[in-house]
Amino acid sequence: MDILQLVIVGMVVGSIIGLGAMGLTLTFGVLKFANFAHADLMTLGMYLAFFVVVDIGIVGPHVGPFSFGWGMILAVLFAWGGVAAFTVGVDRFVFRPLRRRGTDFLSIGIASLGVAIALQAVVQAVWGSAPLRYHSEIHRALDFAGGLKIKPDQILIIGLTLAMALALYLLLHRTRLGTAMRATSDNAPLAEASGIDTERVRIATWVIASALTAVAGVMFALQSQLRFDAGFEFLLLPMFAAVILGGIGNPWGALVGGLIVGISQELSTEWINTGFKPGVPFALLILILIVRPRGLFGSETQWST
Amino acid sequence: MSPLLEVEEVTAGYGSVMIVHEVSVRLEAGELVTIIGPNGAGKSTLLKAIFGLLPISAGRVRLGGDVVTDEAPSRMVRLGASFVPQTENVFPSLTIRENLEMGAYQLSGGVGERIGEVLELFPELRERTGEQAARLSGGQRQALAIARSLMLDPKMLLLDEPTAALSPVRRGQIFERLMSIRERGVALLMVEQNAREALAISDRAYVLVDGRNAHEQPGPEMLANPEVGRLFLGLDSIEDGETDSGGA
Repeated sequence: MDILQLVIVGMVVGSIIGLGAMGLTLTFGVLKFANFAHADLMTLGMYLAFFVVVDIGIVGPHVGPFSFGWGMILAVLFAWGGVAAFTVGVDRFVFRPLRRRGTDFLSIGIASLGVAIALQAVVQAVWGSAPLRYHSEIHRALDFAGGLKIKPDQILIIGLTLAMALALYLLLHRTRLGTAMRATSDNAPLAEASGIDTERVRIATWVIASALTAVAGVMFALQSQLRFDAGFEFLLLPMFAAVILGGIGNPWGALVGGLIVGISQELSTEWINTGFKPGVPFALLILILIVRPRGLFGSETQWST
Repeated sequence: MSPLLEVEEVTAGYGSVMIVHEVSVRLEAGELVTIIGPNGAGKSTLLKAIFGLLPISAGRVRLGGDVVTDEAPSRMVRLGASFVPQTENVFPSLTIRENLEMGAYQLSGGVGERIGEVLELFPELRERTGEQAARLSGGQRQALAIARSLMLDPKMLLLDEPTAALSPVRRGQIFERLMSIRERGVALLMVEQNAREALAISDRAYVLVDGRNAHEQPGPEMLANPEVGRLFLGLDSIEDGETDSGGA
């Protein structure tokens, strides 16, 4: 039964990693560079939500059995808006000039690393180094058959991840904007030659990815705590492992990759010391790069599942 | 009345390397004009510069009398121009229908009807609209690329070697389609390596050599002119075959 409990926790962690990885792979698909600032954008999202519910104090009455009040909904929307504004701004003043100069993807990736370090420093300067929480109350777990214990927040994390994955699927496959995003990902010069305003598509991609990023950041803080270095310490590598596992540029692959990373991390503690848990994504990353470099769901074309 | 497209002494290239030097080309409404020339003559570079995909460092481009030099491709599309690249000219992960929808991205409504109209010209695509473009053969991809470029009912189509790497049968089909498109009033400016077949259906043709205008003549007359092949293209005559193996 311990194993099943670990799988459940792994699914929760995997949902957070998977949701973040979907945003990461989405920006990679359309913008064609690995955004090393992505994990710190999640950190920014969790702290912007903290700003609303703790710094300003908009908490509101409790939402059902969950650990937070109605104010969290406003906080998440604020976090989304803040992360979107930040990413669109950084794209306008950092990534777009590099793109227009024809800078290669590796150099733009390195620039994103600079953005990540700067962002982490700003978060640390504003909110400090000490770990924080949205609330100080005890969030009780629900008892299930066989002694399984699951917190309502954890059920919400898994459910919300699936709902957002479905929403992203519908957006990419059932809307004109989504098709334009896939077209730009396939062949940006041809998209431009077809009359698609590819710069607008890129901005829309940042805004949509920001929703996934901000929600994933808040979920991480709900499940664990707020830490200024959460991005670098806990999220960046597992997310990249998830993206590569699922096949670069494939959002659904990234979600499955995230779940595999999360569940393997948690299950590994059954046999190895918990301190070695962060090494599991490394091992998975190396394994998949050797055995199947294009990932589990990678194909000759992206967005194919 | 001014020509539909007027390229006046255009110089263009990649970065500081100029490939095309002071080239002038004219295209009347409803005309089919072909540009031929040896490998590296700058034919493809000229088309890309006209469509705004490469910067023009000197000269002027007019479309319908308006100066459109260095206009962005999205603006050129809005003004009635369309471009079919030589390679990578479809969105492989999108379905045929989605590819056509992307060709009509600037259209606010009536996309479904327009797809129906365009597919009348390409019946081989009509039954397969739900299939991914990645699964199409070379000829079918080329057909889809041309169909996509027609979605906004353009006044002018720029085609970069539309029959490159196709079998003779497929080439013939593509040229037939191009003639049908011209009959519908769309002007075509085409860079083509299969000079014999292209000149046979062209109203006029230009020869580009070393990035400069070398010769201009009505298509069928150029085809029958032994001097053109010998002097400009390094062939005994154009009837000998292809003029080059790729575009610069």
